[in-house]
Amino acid sequence: MKVGLFVTCLVDLVRPGIGFATLQLLEEAGCEVVVPQAQTCCGQPGYNSGAREVSQALARKVLAEFRDCDYVVAPSGSCSGQVKVHYVEDLFRDAPDRAEFERLAARWYELSEFLVDVLKIDRVPATIEGEVTYHDSCSGLRELGVKAQPRALLRKAGARIHEMNECEKCCGFGGTFSVKLGDISTRMAANKCENIRKTGVRTIAGGDLGCLLNIEGRLRREGDMETRVAHFAELIAGES
Amino acid sequence: MFFKRTASEKLNDALLQRNMANLKSKFVDGRARAILEIEDWEEIRTHAAALRDRTLANLDAYLVEFERNAVRRGAQVHWAETAEDACRIAVEIARANGVRKVTKSKSMVSEEVNLNERLEEAGIPVVETDLGEYILQLAHEPPSHIVAPAIHKSKEQVADLFEQAHHRPRITEIPALTREAREALREHFLTADMGITGANFVIAETGTTLTVTNEGNADMVTTIPRIHCVITGVEKVIPTLEDFATLIRLLPRSAIGQTIANYLTLTTGIRGRGELDGPEQMHVILVDAGRTRFVGTDMQVMLRCIRCGACMNHCPVYQNIGGHAYGWVYPGPMGSVLTPVYVGIENAGDLPNAATFCGECQVVCPVKIPLPDLMRKLRERQFDAKQRPFGERAALNGWSFLARRPRLYAAFTRIASRMGAWMGGRDRLIHRLPGIDGWTKGRDMPAPAGKTFRELYRKRASASRPTSRGERAP
Repeated sequence: MKVGLFVTCLVDLVRPGIGFATLQLLEEAGCEVVVPQAQTCCGQPGYNSGAREVSQALARKVLAEFRDCDYVVAPSGSCSGQVKVHYVEDLFRDAPDRAEFERLAARWYELSEFLVDVLKIDRVPATIEGEVTYHDSCSGLRELGVKAQPRALLRKAGARIHEMNECEKCCGFGGTFSVKLGDISTRMAANKCENIRKTGVRTIAGGDLGCLLNIEGRLRREGDMETRVAHFAELIAGES
Repeated sequence: MFFKRTASEKLNDALLQRNMANLKSKFVDGRARAILEIEDWEEIRTHAAALRDRTLANLDAYLVEFERNAVRRGAQVHWAETAEDACRIAVEIARANGVRKVTKSKSMVSEEVNLNERLEEAGIPVVETDLGEYILQLAHEPPSHIVAPAIHKSKEQVADLFEQAHHRPRITEIPALTREAREALREHFLTADMGITGANFVIAETGTTLTVTNEGNADMVTTIPRIHCVITGVEKVIPTLEDFATLIRLLPRSAIGQTIANYLTLTTGIRGRGELDGPEQMHVILVDAGRTRFVGTDMQVMLRCIRCGACMNHCPVYQNIGGHAYGWVYPGPMGSVLTPVYVGIENAGDLPNAATFCGECQVVCPVKIPLPDLMRKLRERQFDAKQRPFGERAALNGWSFLARRPRLYAAFTRIASRMGAWMGGRDRLIHRLPGIDGWTKGRDMPAPAGKTFRELYRKRASASRPTSRGERAP
């Protein structure tokens, strides 16, 4: 089974460890993983800022790069939502090659979906002791229905999930929103941090690096240098 | 940049922040409970969306049918192309009939066209009778929410307003405040000679206009004065009473978490021969004022809106800043779509950008309006018309240029990763970064690892037999 890894631009640039954790999880589950070297970005930042043509160009680039993969997996609900929902239903809805994007969408998975729903893995490499609280990122949750899968994976590693209040509420990241309307974005992040703090849990997990950077950035600014903010892939893949 | 600046002020308004906390417990939790009562909630939403679409596809025909049936029952129907027309028609009706006082039940369309101001300019006093609107009339403020217009006010603030207006001892208990308002309003109900209401729907097959309230004030406004004037948007028409039965299952549950609204006021025509109540004249002003700009475009779905307010109740942006920051009568996600089209995209500023696209509005919308998609379409129009700030466009264009050129992109990210790691210093946090100070003003930026995934992966791949998981980021 040939699985293409879509690293995502944020993971590539900011936290490559998430990419390697994803790679490890897929390989240990028996996948032949390919990482197309020319990949860059799914086009979402431009798409959500109104730059439609550019995002179409990037989408075609993604399509070409992963054409011969049986599956494509990304450690991000947000990029996956872009490919699975927005390429098909909006960007190429009336395009002659829409069917190709439909085929891409059909074999594209967010990482936790792929591990749980497709590979049905029954063990994960790492052992997690203690409690983890999970932040549901908006696109993964509301566009793809990712909710139970990452929690199931964390539990397989031995973690107890301690849910925070409003775990499904947006953290305020919103891509370029976080810079364009920084004050509102910061307040939303602060609300999220407040809910995290109330749990008393020192490890917060999520499935999208954008949200994680936002939450971590706010926690640190508030003086919390201890709470670990991690992608679930890092936690279940082991030492980091 | 009105929105951005006002929003920041609202974030620092401690009293507003405290008052806005009510929104969640009342409306968000209330809705969540209320929709559990209906097993086929999702099917009803789908059905309602389709029913609205069918109506909008034949909007002209249903409006004419409504007019025919309303006229048959003795009402007069007026067509107002602009806000100005709507006010002129209402003022003319009042003047022609020697109206000396108007009572009003809640109408967002009247807020939209500035009707109160225009009537008062013509020397005709207007009394708002919805409790929230009454409070705001005393405070000289616009509504901050389409269903709960005074949601931004605390009972203490209301107590101050009432003390001043009613010349009575200050009281702060909500039931007592409500009673005081009722007593103050009673006289107006009895002495007004024209009642103005909005309409949640107008029904084509019967010529009926329909108002949903919780206070019963619409009944007083429609039955006591000799003239009843309805002002509403052209998109509010629905074909049949049965369609109303569908929509009313969604509306109060979505709006305020109530199974049913306390009062449904259906008014059909004037007082008939031998009937004991009803007005001598009934006027219906059907207002366009920008609505038909949606018709036949890729944004027509916005006209499905039944004005429940669920999108704003659930919007994390609205929840944190309230409605006034949006600058016009319609706040929240629905306002971020309506306002730019009504007042012109060039005047809309940040409104289409006032969302993280978290998608909650779309999930809760009873008629399934894809609000994030519509806001994105508006962003596209702004981008194409070069209406966004230069810096933002330059950053986007730069990013797009790089992302389509993998080798250049790899070189750029290689440098960016190293620079970021260097800037992060010992604690691996960037505290200030020019260009993204919107971020770093209130948050640190966790620093990049120093090497990109691409570099590390290539290194791993070039090692003949990887024994470990590859090089990992620190």
